[in-house]
Amino acid sequence: MSEGAKPYGLLAEFDTPAALMHAAEKVRDAGYRQWDVFTPYPVHGMDKAMGLKNSRVGWFSFLGGSTGFAVGNLMIWFMNRFDYPIPVGGKPLFSPFSAFPVAYELTILLGAFGALLGMLILNRLPRLHHPLLKHGRFKLATHDKFFLVIETADAKYQPEQTRQLLEAAGSARLEWVED
Amino acid sequence: MAGAVPPGAEVRVIGPPQELERVPLVANQRSLAWVSDRVAGIVEGRAPLWWWVAFVPSVVALLLLGAMLVYQISTGVGVWGNNHPVMWGWDIINFVWWIGIGHAGTLISAILFLLRQRWRTAVNRAAEAMTIFAVMCAGIYPALHVGRIWFDWWLFPVHNSQSLWPQFRSPLMWDVFAVSTYFTVSVLFWYMGLIPDLAVFRDRAKTKLRKFFYGLFALGWTGSNRHWSNYEKAYLILAGLSTPLVLSVHSIVSLDFAVSQLPGWHTTIFPPYFVAGAIFSGFGMVLTLLIPLRKWCHLEDIITQRHIDVMCKVTLATGSIVGYAYGMEFFIAWYSGSPYERFAFINRAMGPYAWGYWTMIFCNVVAPQLFWSRRIRSNLLVVWILSIVVNVGMWFERFVIIVISLHRDFLAANWGHYLPTWVDVCTYLGTFGLFFTCFLLFMRFLPMIAIAEVKGVTPQADPHHPLGGAKSGGHPA
Repeated sequence: MSEGAKPYGLLAEFDTPAALMHAAEKVRDAGYRQWDVFTPYPVHGMDKAMGLKNSRVGWFSFLGGSTGFAVGNLMIWFMNRFDYPIPVGGKPLFSPFSAFPVAYELTILLGAFGALLGMLILNRLPRLHHPLLKHGRFKLATHDKFFLVIETADAKYQPEQTRQLLEAAGSARLEWVED
Repeated sequence: MAGAVPPGAEVRVIGPPQELERVPLVANQRSLAWVSDRVAGIVEGRAPLWWWVAFVPSVVALLLLGAMLVYQISTGVGVWGNNHPVMWGWDIINFVWWIGIGHAGTLISAILFLLRQRWRTAVNRAAEAMTIFAVMCAGIYPALHVGRIWFDWWLFPVHNSQSLWPQFRSPLMWDVFAVSTYFTVSVLFWYMGLIPDLAVFRDRAKTKLRKFFYGLFALGWTGSNRHWSNYEKAYLILAGLSTPLVLSVHSIVSLDFAVSQLPGWHTTIFPPYFVAGAIFSGFGMVLTLLIPLRKWCHLEDIITQRHIDVMCKVTLATGSIVGYAYGMEFFIAWYSGSPYERFAFINRAMGPYAWGYWTMIFCNVVAPQLFWSRRIRSNLLVVWILSIVVNVGMWFERFVIIVISLHRDFLAANWGHYLPTWVDVCTYLGTFGLFFTCFLLFMRFLPMIAIAEVKGVTPQADPHHPLGGAKSGGHPA
């Protein structure tokens, strides 16, 4: 830890998903808020261990999908009935049935964009610069190691106590991350 | 129940007997690190000789495609064999064939995800790439067959030079939306799956160029669980959206035919029958690609014998559905009492193109029945040959539907014979060039296996398994 600059956080390394999960439960119960765990794949049960709520991505997708369905129907109504009616074989100028396939495809198209963009917005991505990405050891988070980080910005953060908590949780390795 | 356990005693969860355990998805107890090393190993280092042996002819075929497109566009559709009464020939056959192949990728990535088929993780990335490249090949044909491609923009909802809008009661318009949505959503789904694996490549990158590009496209992914939580929800939603999408795309393609009045096309069974056929041919293509690749890229522990076995079973099931549809078409032709309908089907089986019909029956209905045998399913060479037979058969299915139905319709004066030209043949060969060039580049530069997903299905990834660090439960190694 260099003098003067406040570190970004305390990085604790674990070897197995089970060890990380128990540590996450302890950190959750200690009442920390600005902390996170980093794993090479999504560990099932970790949301509960961290006390995370259900993701809100669904709302973005729902918004996209309903927009798609409405836009599809309105577009076809406007083009084939309102702006330039094309009478074919005495069939209705607008019918929800013949408009359905296109509106359905647009529902899926915009719903899918909603899901992807919702994920990126909620995750504040893309973010190409992050203190953790500069840390050498952290590269193993996409390989085979499991990390837990408590940020110094957390209200409950105390250099000694936080360190003791993570040591008691069984971390194999504790390091400071520069901001 | 709770009272049966004395306080303080260690509770040990006992798994099912060893002989009932399933064959593991990743063979030989490979570690998490091994998965990234193995998959990244395909991309790092020099390209192996076999890659160049495959790549050079692919690029040559791609150049052939370019030449054929230039020739066709500058001369006109007359260079193809399409002529009255067969106005749809190899162009639409190949369009439907390629787009059908794409369907297995989405089935694997979306439907099998919703069905919790965890084996899909080993093959989904390559299958999704196959989908995207197959749809690219397919997209060439409708754009070209309109004849004057500079008017292609009339297909889109744009106010054209005659103040007209597209006519949305036509299934051909639906098709434009279905195929373009399919392509776009497949790319989104594929890219989202790639983000964590691009981060793996970024963190291993040695050169500046690799660091920059993998870093850029990984979007700063850290593997944070707060991110994974949103990511998994988005993945689930995309799977949920892609499932009705993939079923709708080939249904709408089939409506291009079924909404017309032509005997042999005007059939209500078309949507489900086309979807089953599409998945059938797509699995054929997945097997054709992955059986050699797993050997050449040393992925036998990730794409195991069990994966091949399951895919053979899916091929068998969808092939049998297709066979049922062929039988049902014949029955309905007879049962309808329509002489035109009856004639169209008798003409298929006994007319001048009967060889095409019987090739289709042999390849799609008879040959896949061999997959009932476990010995056949475990013989990779036989499986590989059968996977090619399946795609030959599915090509003939579209030939039967399009050419045989069109060449003899209501009036005998209107009958004709269809033969493709050399331009038809070379354009088709050229699309293979496009497909394989894209696929080979994909496997050289991007993770061919979904690294994070494969890690997630190993026992050491499970926090409730002894290999994942749990104190009890499951079977120890």
